[in-house]
Amino acid sequence: MKPPTNGLMIAVPRGALFEDTVDLLASLGLDTRELRNNDRKLLFEDIGVITMRPSDVPTYVEAGAADLGVTGKDVLAEQALSQGAPGEPHGSGREVYELLDLGYGRCTMVLATTAGPDPAAQALRRLGVMRVATKYPNIAAHHFEETGRQAEIVEVRGSVELAPLTGLVEAIVDLTATGTTLRENNLVIREEILECTARLIANPVAHKLKARAIDGLLERLRAGGAA
Amino acid sequence: MIHRIPSGTRDVLPEETREVHVITEALRGVFEAHGYGEISTPALEYEAVLARADMAEARPAYRVFDESGAVLVLRSDMTVPIARVVATRYPTVEPPLRFCYVAHCYRGVRPQRGQPRELLQAGIELIGSPAPQGTAEALTVMCDALDAVGLKGYRVGLGDASLFGALMASLQVPERARPELLATLARRDFVQLEGLLAASGLPDDASRLLLSVPQLRGGPEVLAGLPLPAAEAVSGMRQVHELLPGEVAERVIFDLGLLRSIGYYTGAVFEVYDPALGAPLGGGGRYDELLGRYGRSLPAVGFALGIDRLHIALTGEERGTGALADEAGGSGTGPTHPAREEGTPR
Repeated sequence: MKPPTNGLMIAVPRGALFEDTVDLLASLGLDTRELRNNDRKLLFEDIGVITMRPSDVPTYVEAGAADLGVTGKDVLAEQALSQGAPGEPHGSGREVYELLDLGYGRCTMVLATTAGPDPAAQALRRLGVMRVATKYPNIAAHHFEETGRQAEIVEVRGSVELAPLTGLVEAIVDLTATGTTLRENNLVIREEILECTARLIANPVAHKLKARAIDGLLERLRAGGAA
Repeated sequence: MIHRIPSGTRDVLPEETREVHVITEALRGVFEAHGYGEISTPALEYEAVLARADMAEARPAYRVFDESGAVLVLRSDMTVPIARVVATRYPTVEPPLRFCYVAHCYRGVRPQRGQPRELLQAGIELIGSPAPQGTAEALTVMCDALDAVGLKGYRVGLGDASLFGALMASLQVPERARPELLATLARRDFVQLEGLLAASGLPDDASRLLLSVPQLRGGPEVLAGLPLPAAEAVSGMRQVHELLPGEVAERVIFDLGLLRSIGYYTGAVFEVYDPALGAPLGGGGRYDELLGRYGRSLPAVGFALGIDRLHIALTGEERGTGALADEAGGSGTGPTHPAREEGTPR
């Protein structure tokens, strides 16, 4: 039997967006049992699914190794703001089409500092620059550039909350869904930068050569109540 | 000893060179047979001369100073140098003029993306032949060239660079809102486009058209039943299609959202897709205003094919492991082909 994804290959992100994405595929009639039960397998050829880190999804989709993919707006924005070619203020990002806001995985990119008097504002006033730790150096740099402030971006790979508590930096730029982790570390949100949700992206060539399959899937996703 | 070369450049050794020659000789044969004479121009030109053209994202990226302090650039395409040649070397010759080339061009890259700084392109420029006849000739030569190279599964996306602008104008989108909408479409961010339209205060049916029309692509049926403003904008595409020989016409996918990243295109634009590659093999379009900027106002059309991408697509088709196996062909009739072949994605 032909899988309900019309023969399309879909890149599915492991991690925070995985459960909702698999639920969505299941609602389209896809047999997702093995996908749910086998977290070591990466290629599920019979149902047209490959799984990977969210930040790798645009890479596979851009190259055409997957026709469609699901990833967070945070990933897309971070890669879109990567250093541009000469003459462009910023790179125009991956060559992928952003087709649909899937509505789930909602979270916010925020600027946060320790509670009490704002140490970042103080550093900016007295030292002329604030140090900011983040896993999203491009989004952070862009935000401070746009708001006319000088910031020294410190790229870290995990547990960003630790950086301001140890005096490494005055502030962090990070993604938060409920704010619990921030609160537990005595951090408060100072600014909201970007609302992020899961997005459906497509390879440009697949978008033309498999137009009917993709449009059919989009129609069912929209009808299924995606935002 | 290992000596580095810049990222995005590479050495081409004899085995690859032999394969590339087979491709370029096949292309030259087709171009020549259609009456296109091959020309060469300098890789280095004066920046002030090339800057007369609106290249947008594809503008020259590498600059050097010569002995007298003048700024030279490495050309980023062959269309603009050929526009210069036409104005300078053929100021009075009766059009149409037909040129072809196989030449290296130089582009800026984004780091870590595997983009080429130096790319070998083959293409034609047809100067002085207006739409729709000139466009149909260019598309015909292009498909003959791709056939001669041995490519089987390719398709040609055909759109119009002025379509979205015309649609915005006819739907009375305020002037100040247009550049952002166009830039958003150029990024193919349909989520943001929807958001901008929802916030624009435009009537719902206008917003719906501006979101849905650029997502239309497929066979001739996508041109049928379009609302009036869009239908006017696509009549040119239909005229081109009617002039194409059957085997070329059936390769065409109408794409009402097709935009090219180079700024000088004015009308019909097209791109080549192959199931074996996730990016276009090449493309082109009409640039009816460009020659005027060099002092010889003539309508013109041309295309360029990326030789490396052609080579990758050819080897992909030979292996039969294209990641993007084709659908039935967008004609809207007949059964859908098995959409994916056996084997792992490329």
